[in-house]
Amino acid sequence: MGKRVLVTGLGTFWGGRVAQALEQRSDVDVIIGLDTREPSVELERTEYVRTDESYSILSRIVRATQVDTIVHTFLVVDSSQASSRQMHEINVIGTMNLFAAASQPESRVCNVVVKSSTLVYGSTFADPVWFTEDSRRSARPRQSIERSLIEVEGYVRDYAVDNPTVSVSLLRFSNVLGEEIDTPITRALQLPLAPAVFGFDPRLQFVHEVDVIRAIMFVLEHDCDGTFNVAGDGLLPWSEVASLCGKRLAPLPPVGRGLAGAVLSRLGIDMPPELVELLTYGRGVDNRRLRNAGFDYLCTSAGAVRAFAEAARLRHTVGDEETYRYERDVEQFFRHSPAVIRD
Amino acid sequence: MRPMAAERSPGKGRRRPTLVAVPPTEDDRDRTPGRRAGDEDASAGSAASTKGPGKGAKARQAPENASTTRSGAAEHTAGTGTNARSGGPEDATNTHTGTAHTGPGGDPERISDVDEWGRSQHLRDILAKLYDPIYDSWFRVEWEGFEKIPREGGALMVANHAGAIPTDAPSIMHGIERELGRPVYGLADEVFKKMPLVNLGWSRLGGVQAHPDNAYRLLREQQHLVMVFPEGSKGPGKHYSERYQLRRFGRGGFVQIAMRAGVPIIPLAVVGNEESMPIIAKLPTVAKLLGLPYAPITANMMLGPLGALVPFPAKMRIRVLDPITLDVLPDQPRYPRSRIMDTSEAIRHAIQEELYDMLRHRQSVWFG
Repeated sequence: MGKRVLVTGLGTFWGGRVAQALEQRSDVDVIIGLDTREPSVELERTEYVRTDESYSILSRIVRATQVDTIVHTFLVVDSSQASSRQMHEINVIGTMNLFAAASQPESRVCNVVVKSSTLVYGSTFADPVWFTEDSRRSARPRQSIERSLIEVEGYVRDYAVDNPTVSVSLLRFSNVLGEEIDTPITRALQLPLAPAVFGFDPRLQFVHEVDVIRAIMFVLEHDCDGTFNVAGDGLLPWSEVASLCGKRLAPLPPVGRGLAGAVLSRLGIDMPPELVELLTYGRGVDNRRLRNAGFDYLCTSAGAVRAFAEAARLRHTVGDEETYRYERDVEQFFRHSPAVIRD
Repeated sequence: MRPMAAERSPGKGRRRPTLVAVPPTEDDRDRTPGRRAGDEDASAGSAASTKGPGKGAKARQAPENASTTRSGAAEHTAGTGTNARSGGPEDATNTHTGTAHTGPGGDPERISDVDEWGRSQHLRDILAKLYDPIYDSWFRVEWEGFEKIPREGGALMVANHAGAIPTDAPSIMHGIERELGRPVYGLADEVFKKMPLVNLGWSRLGGVQAHPDNAYRLLREQQHLVMVFPEGSKGPGKHYSERYQLRRFGRGGFVQIAMRAGVPIIPLAVVGNEESMPIIAKLPTVAKLLGLPYAPITANMMLGPLGALVPFPAKMRIRVLDPITLDVLPDQPRYPRSRIMDTSEAIRHAIQEELYDMLRHRQSVWFG
């Protein structure tokens, strides 16, 4: 019998792509996607269920569908996308409800993958160049997004301790770049001038969006238990990132940079505080634990930047590709109508 | 020069950043055989892999072809195990053109040679040209026992630290890099990392934040030479009347680092650094306001505004003491505190005695 997978955040960038990747696999029988929004990518056999953002109906779904695998991608890792209240509801309360549902006695869940972020390490002047999965933060978290993700990871750890038979993989992804993803960093790199902090040239690490999906699939397949950093090899200075993208830098003042970032955000240029700190001190994470588990990266950090830069140039010339729109009736027709021939 | 801006180079398609050095050109290539082949090999990989996923979900399978070429290119340099860089002969010649990155190795996607620690061999070479006359003619640096510094393998060098703007660090690093052709990383207080421009310059030239994890990776996994001043800012921050009186050696962290990394400690005694920029008064209030470890008034300032930055031409002698091999197993989570403190104190004492000996034989501050 194949896997029965529950994907949270089906309407998000990652949820949709994870579901697409799961559909390709023959050992996955059932894919159920939860979200408040409709999926934004084309899906063939994934069942979409609309929920509220803190998943109050989740325990019913877990009981009714008998899922054995949960892929939790519905975490806000970009504070410019949600207010801090919304972020708290989605991240902390959502994760809490998810694990409450997964730990009920009727649950058959035996494999959980959580998509967290290297934001949990923070970015301060006292940091080591490389964080390992066991490194502690150098300072208390100051950004709300970091606090929120740390709380999420607390629930994940609690769940793993309470359910020792369940394989829980906590993946911490570095900054993602690629052809399609949209983050504060990609937006910053598509401005006429790339923002920077005067007198600092931090070294950053990136992971390609394809490697993100591959990593999630990899840990699902191999039942990797534990916490893993997912990031491309190598660190590269922000100035090099900008020149790979053909941009010049526009320095912000080093003193009062947080304020400058807030002003820019007001003006419509997203500079969330965690990005300002990242552009000051940078961050590197050691990716060897996942690599030693057998995972191969397609792209290095610089490769991810190049992939992004090439796609951005193409987009700049030919414009955006047409995007998919979810139409409930059409989906129902293709999935359930006897007129459609399926093989 | 606007430091953060990338330079515009008309005519060429790609711009080059100013603070990021440009990696190997023709003569560098001679030193890095095989790089060119790797270049082509992997850029083919990059083309495939970036186009593969570009079309979205329908083309998920495409990157698989690319993976073989890409990982093939990465493999011969990357190395992921603990002894990724075992300090072989290739490392000695190929110092920092690219292999210094632990993960990417000679990642062909890169356009600068800034390594994971922020060091750029290219900028270091430029600075070496500028610093050569200062080293040879201004400080007239002389080494004793230079042969005790290993040509390969990791080692932790500890020295006394002095002068308002210490001149010992650049001299030691420059001397070793010139003679041995291998990079030296200097561990520095985190306060540097907070200062704009200072953090940038220091890290491009080989400065690394003094964090135990950084030191371990440099020494144990990459087998580099690392320099540290255990006195910290207490050494340079002391009054001229206390010259050559070593301060406390921190809390012995450097011994613990060497134990964990399983590398020898090489003590250095430096004479001449105290007189190059003597502190005649200190301004604690100013220091507190600026967040600096100390704010000095130096004798050099009497020579006018430029004097604040220009050191006196005191003759510098550096004596290399016998390397100390610590007789403990590396990679242990903990080491006995008593052992650490005893070793630390013994090293401090040895450097102190050596300094007294050198001062006994010094006939002139300026001529040695």
